[in-house]
This record gives sequence, structure tokens and C-alpha cells, in this order.
Amino acid sequence: MKALGKRLDYLFRSTRGLTLVAISAVAIVTAIWGTLSGPMVEWGVRDITVNLLGMDLTQADREGRIIMLYHTIAMTIVAIEVYFMTEILPMKRHEQVIINMTTTVGYLTALIFGMGFAYFGHNFVFHGLFLLGQSLLFFAGILLSAALWPWKKEYRLEADSPYAHTKKGVDLERLAFFTMAVATLLSATFGAVTGSYWGNGHETFLGEDLIRVPHKTALQKAIIGHLHIMLTLVAVAITLIVGRWMKFQGILHRVAMPLMIVGTIIITFGALSVVWLPWAHTTIYFGSVFVMFSALLYVIYTWDKLIKDGTADIEKPTFGQKMGALLRDPLKFGPGWQMVFMNFTVSGVGIFMAVKLDEIFRVWPHREERITLTGHWHILAALIATIIIFYYMDLSKVEGKKRKWAGWTIIIMSDLAFASATIFSMKRLFVAESEQQSLVNTVMLLMDLGLGVILVVLAMFLIWRLYDLFKDKGYWNEEFSAEKKMNAEAEIAEQQKKIEELQATLKEVSK
Amino acid sequence: MKRSLLIMTLFIFLLAACGPAPSVSAIKPPFIETGISSETWASVPAGDFPYGQHDHVTFVEDFDIMVTDVTVEQYAQFLNDALASGDISISEFEVEAGEVVWHEEGVGGYYEGDPFDGYKHEEEIKPGDKLFMPMVDGLRLTYDGSLFTALDSYTNHPMTLVTWWGADAYCEYYDYRLPLEAEWEKAARGTEMVDDHGLPFPWGVEIHGNNANFYSSFDLFERMFGRLGNTTPVGFYNGQTYGVGEESYETHDSASPYGLYDMAGNVWQWMGDDYHDQHYRYMRGGSFYSYEVDLRVWKNNSAGPQHYSPSLGFRCARD
Repeated sequence: MKALGKRLDYLFRSTRGLTLVAISAVAIVTAIWGTLSGPMVEWGVRDITVNLLGMDLTQADREGRIIMLYHTIAMTIVAIEVYFMTEILPMKRHEQVIINMTTTVGYLTALIFGMGFAYFGHNFVFHGLFLLGQSLLFFAGILLSAALWPWKKEYRLEADSPYAHTKKGVDLERLAFFTMAVATLLSATFGAVTGSYWGNGHETFLGEDLIRVPHKTALQKAIIGHLHIMLTLVAVAITLIVGRWMKFQGILHRVAMPLMIVGTIIITFGALSVVWLPWAHTTIYFGSVFVMFSALLYVIYTWDKLIKDGTADIEKPTFGQKMGALLRDPLKFGPGWQMVFMNFTVSGVGIFMAVKLDEIFRVWPHREERITLTGHWHILAALIATIIIFYYMDLSKVEGKKRKWAGWTIIIMSDLAFASATIFSMKRLFVAESEQQSLVNTVMLLMDLGLGVILVVLAMFLIWRLYDLFKDKGYWNEEFSAEKKMNAEAEIAEQQKKIEELQATLKEVSK
Repeated sequence: MKRSLLIMTLFIFLLAACGPAPSVSAIKPPFIETGISSETWASVPAGDFPYGQHDHVTFVEDFDIMVTDVTVEQYAQFLNDALASGDISISEFEVEAGEVVWHEEGVGGYYEGDPFDGYKHEEEIKPGDKLFMPMVDGLRLTYDGSLFTALDSYTNHPMTLVTWWGADAYCEYYDYRLPLEAEWEKAARGTEMVDDHGLPFPWGVEIHGNNANFYSSFDLFERMFGRLGNTTPVGFYNGQTYGVGEESYETHDSASPYGLYDMAGNVWQWMGDDYHDQHYRYMRGGSFYSYEVDLRVWKNNSAGPQHYSPSLGFRCARD
């Protein structure tokens, strides 16, 4: 019993444990719900899942189910990012504890009851609990924003700090995190307010089904703005997190952080103003330039760092040696590479669509345009997921050959899958409908292979972590001890500071 | 590490090099008699029905609608009749879509144009000669210089590779018209409610491979020609068991409440609506290229009227 308590303590009270639970939750949802579409349907696996679990898949409710599935996965991903943030950004211990606790209860409640409502009969008590879970996560976001308040004196940086800061020492990276958190709350509010009209003037829809409807309602536009900006902000958050991980600093950091702050504000305004401004898209493009340029500076910095660190003991490294150093550690090379790759499969496709909309995409049948749209945002979401996995594997001290195999397999197979998905979605550029099947068969196979292998790697990693939990002195114990030590030291420092403040107060009043 | 990368790359290329699948135009299926006449019409009485995914109660006047899609044989007959009467011609037609203009050899005729509202992304459809049917690979009829003839194996398959103008011209020629979206949906799902919802499919609430021709439904032609399959003869899913060579295939009777066949799957069907502020024409029903979710009766697809495809056909309605 004590052993179980210790493990639960680790899983639900340490950042690493909480992250492990959340990644496992996403993996389980992906494994089960992934059987309801794509090749799994063709192989008859969907019917087995539905019968085994007693799912209720009413045809008219499919879009609603998918929306709830997206929300539960998104909540869990946001929770993971919150755990990362509360660990890497300086804040008071009690703030970290309360934010993580509220986040955990929030996303688990939303996930369990959201999926229960959507897939297992419409019990409206479950729907209420789904909303409660989301509300708790929103509340955690408010707490996080308060904890991140960048103008607090204790979080100001020294004048000679290599990190971006203002003349008064305000940490611009913290300000970028804060801006992202506040923008997320604002964007969530847009979704929540519109959601409150559900069944009362607002009907469930998938954004991609409405693209050719010339007159959309304000509620429909609000949802379209909401879904686009939420994914963008999740991407901004992970970019900032990996920047922290790679100790992004110096001149490029000083340029990148203001760009990220301004870009986040403009792009959020642009996405939400879709409701009332006809030129909202122009604002979004403008904001995207800032955000993407900031990410580019991160890539330049980290790749340069990897090369310099990897060739530090060589006086005049050759090009080959530099490349060797760059590619030595796939987990650290991966995030930057995936951001570069994103330009071909997400941003590039998006820009091409915008430029050639009337010339190409609106000439295609709606179903073809729809595939391109859904393809590019699914790819962005999956790229973000791979970056999270890289970071968490590094935190889990996956080293040596395992690190290289896992890292490179994820990079190669995910890029293979996403490149195939992009070709699939743009296939009408290269092949007529009547001649497409060879291409479709090939890219579908590569897509399934790529995603399948990534899921196998993730499953192996999680099974290792699960196996480790059965060990008394497993890695989990080491992680937990290190975190407890770090927390204890931080808390002692906090307490000492508090004691000093209280003593100063006593001294002042006793005068 | 290098060896591992090499092995992985080779593996991927091996998989990618799997044999090519046949194109639709290369498939020559056997002729299959379904026993359903493409000359039959069904009457849909006036009244309310649950419209769309969210079952909005909608009134539709009474109308008649074809029990099946227009077949290749029927369209060949139309081409011959209309050629003889001078209503259509074989020529090179200018096709305009978006900002692109190209020329295509085919059959075409005059179209009076659409009202133009000048709305964002709307393309103007001007009066003039329009392409009805291109002379391209995959066409299921031949032209010997004076007569169009349906290919033997395709006579009772739905006519495909027709633009919206080509579909509209067929119906107009015989004093019919293309059905409106609301009419089509009522004909497809009827008025019955199950668990507070209208029927999602013409035959009921669940879909199986034996109900309709859709992607990966493992129908007879998918078994014969690979996963892409092909169109099935009109009225194929009528409860019959078909035997072709060594293959035997059992279908479920999947007629709609008004006795219409192929209202889900096989080919998308052009609709007659012309909405304000847009030039798109809508399609209903899904096709043999579609996943089953697009076979739900309320799902639609859209394209400019110049669009044609091997998975797109039509049927007519009349008042």
C-alpha cells in the first residue's frame, strides 16, 4: 500500500509524473479512438472497438463527437505545456502546486466525462462535468497568468543578463509566456461564449465544412477564429518552452522575444477579429511573420549551438564535422528541424492556398479543398506532439543508442508521414481523379507506416516508463527525489526570504 | 547509425514500390443486369421532412424524381437526339474556372448564364456555349462520327464525366430539371424519425459494405479491380446476389423510402440550386471514391459548373 502511495505521489505530485500521466492519457485516447477512422475502419477494427467498449456512434452526432475529442486532446496537451512551464519558469512553490493541481483535475475531468458524453450515450451530467473540467483548466490559466506576471521585482533580470530584457530588467521571455497565456484565456473565452449558445441558436459544425458558405454567422466565425488561434498559441507555447530547454539567449534571443510578443498579440487579434473585420486575414498574415521569424531565430541559435558544442574540441572543424555535430543528438536537433519542416507542410501549404485560392483550390471540388485544410492543421498538431515527445524523452534521460534510435525514428517517420499527407492533400495538382489510385495507395501506405512506427516508439517508451514504476529504485524514484530536493531548496530560499522580510517588518515597527 | 538509416530508407522505398493500381479508365467490368429500370420515376408527396444534419422541419412541394441515376445509355441517346436537333455540337470549348481559362474538345451547347452578385470569390457565369461532356479518356461511350454508343459493359452504369451544364441540358431537353437539394434529401431519407433524428442513410441508420458503393466497401468491383473499385450499375444494391465468374456478391436492398436507388454512394449527383453570392453548384450522395461519412444524406460537395469527374453523375426531377 505504501509502495502504491509512493507511486501515486510521484505520478500526481511531481511535474515529471504529471507529464507522464498526461502523455499516457493522450496515447491511450489516440490508440483507442484512432481505431475509429482511416485504415482501421477498412480492416474492421472499428467495429471491434465499438462493440467491445459499447460505444454509441449516432451518425448525426459525428461532428459533435469529433469536436469533443479534439477538445479533450487539446486540454491534455495544454496541461502538459502548463506542467513544463511551471517547472522551467521561476514562480513560488505554492503557485506551482495550485496551478498543477487545478490543471490536473481540470483536464482529467474534461477528458473522462467529455469522452463519456460524446461516445457512450449522451448523459448530460457528463456534459456538465466536461464543462466543469474545462472551466477548471481556464481557472488554472488565470492562476498561471498571475504567477507569470512579468513586472514582479523578484523576476527581473540583471542588466548583464544574456536573456532578453527591458532597461528596467523585465524578463521579455517571461513576458512572451505571459502574453501567450493571456491570449489563450481570451481565445478560450471566445470558444466558451459561443459554446454557450449550443442548442440555442448555434449548431455543431466542423470549420472545414463551411469554407464555401458565403455568409457565416458571427457565432460560426467566432468558432473558426477560436480553433485557429488555440492551435497557434499551443505552437507558440512549445516554441518558447523548447527555447528555454535549449537555453536560447544572446542577441538572437533579444530580437526573437519582442517579435514573439508582438506577433502573438497581432495574430490573436487577427484571428478573433474574423468575427467583425473583413481584413482579419491580413492581420493574421502580418502577425505570423513576427512569430515565424522569432521561431527561425530559435532554429538558427540552437543549430549553431549544437555545432559549436559538438566541435568544441576541434580547432578547425570541417563541414562534415559540423554536420556530424548538428545531427549527433536527434532529440535536440528535432524541435528546430520540425519547425523548419513545418514550413513545407503547414505554412507553405497555407500561403500557397491563400495565394492560389481562386485560381486552384476553389476550382477543385469542396471535398478536395477540405482535405488540404484538415491535412495541414492535423500535421501542425502532430508536429507539436513530436516536439513534446523530444523534450519529454530528454527529461526522462533517454540516452545512448536508445536516444538516437528513438529520436531519428520519430523525425524520419513523422516527416515521411507528414510529407505523404501533404502530397495526398495536394494530389489534384499532380494527378487526375481517374488516375490517382496508385499515388493514393502509396502515400496512404507511407502515412500509415510513418504514424504507426511513431506510435510504436511512443508505446515502447511508455511501457519502459511503466515497467520502471514497478522498480523500487527505478528512474521515477530518482526523478522524484531530484524534484523534491529542488523544490525543498526553492522553498527554503523562499522561506528565508520571507523570514528576512518579516524580520525587517518587526524591526521597523519596534523602532 | 548510417546502416540503420540505409535499411530504413530501403524499406520505405520497397513499400512505396508496391504495384500500380489500375486507373478507372482502364477498367473493363463485366455487364451486370440489376433488374432495375432506369426509365422509372418515383413520386414524392408534398409535406414536411427533417432537413439537414440537425433535422430542421422543412416543407417541400410534391415532385417526381428518377429512381436511378441517368445511365450511359440514356445519355448517349440524348446526345444523338440533341445532335440531330442541332441543340448541341461537337467542338472545342473555352472553359473558365477561377482565373484560369483553357480549351477542351467535347460536346457542348448554349447556356443562358447565371445572375451575378459580384460577391467575394464569386465567379461570373456568362451566357454562351458551354462544355457538357469532354472527349477524354475514361468516357464510357464512343463516337463514330455520327452516333454516340454506350460501351457494352457500361450501358447501365451512371453517366459520369458530365459538367453541371451537361446534366442540366439533359434534363431540360426532356422538359425535366435537376432536383433541388431539399427535394433530393427528402427523396433520399423520407420523413421517418428514429431516436429523434431523420434517417442518415436512405435505407436506415447503419451502413454496411453491402448497402452502397463507397471507398473500401469491399464491393464486387473492389474485389475485382482493387480498392478503388468502380461505379456499379444503377440499382445494384437491391437485395440480389450477383455471380460474376467465381465471384459471388450479396447486396442488401438499399432503396430509399420512396424506392430510389443509389442515393448514397456510387456517384455524386448534381443539384439544380443556384444560390446567391456564389457560383458553385452542389452535389449530394457521395461516391465510390467517398468514405462512408460522406454518404450521409445531408452531406454535400460543391464545384464550379465546369467540373466533371468519373465519380459524378446526376438524375432528373419533374414537377
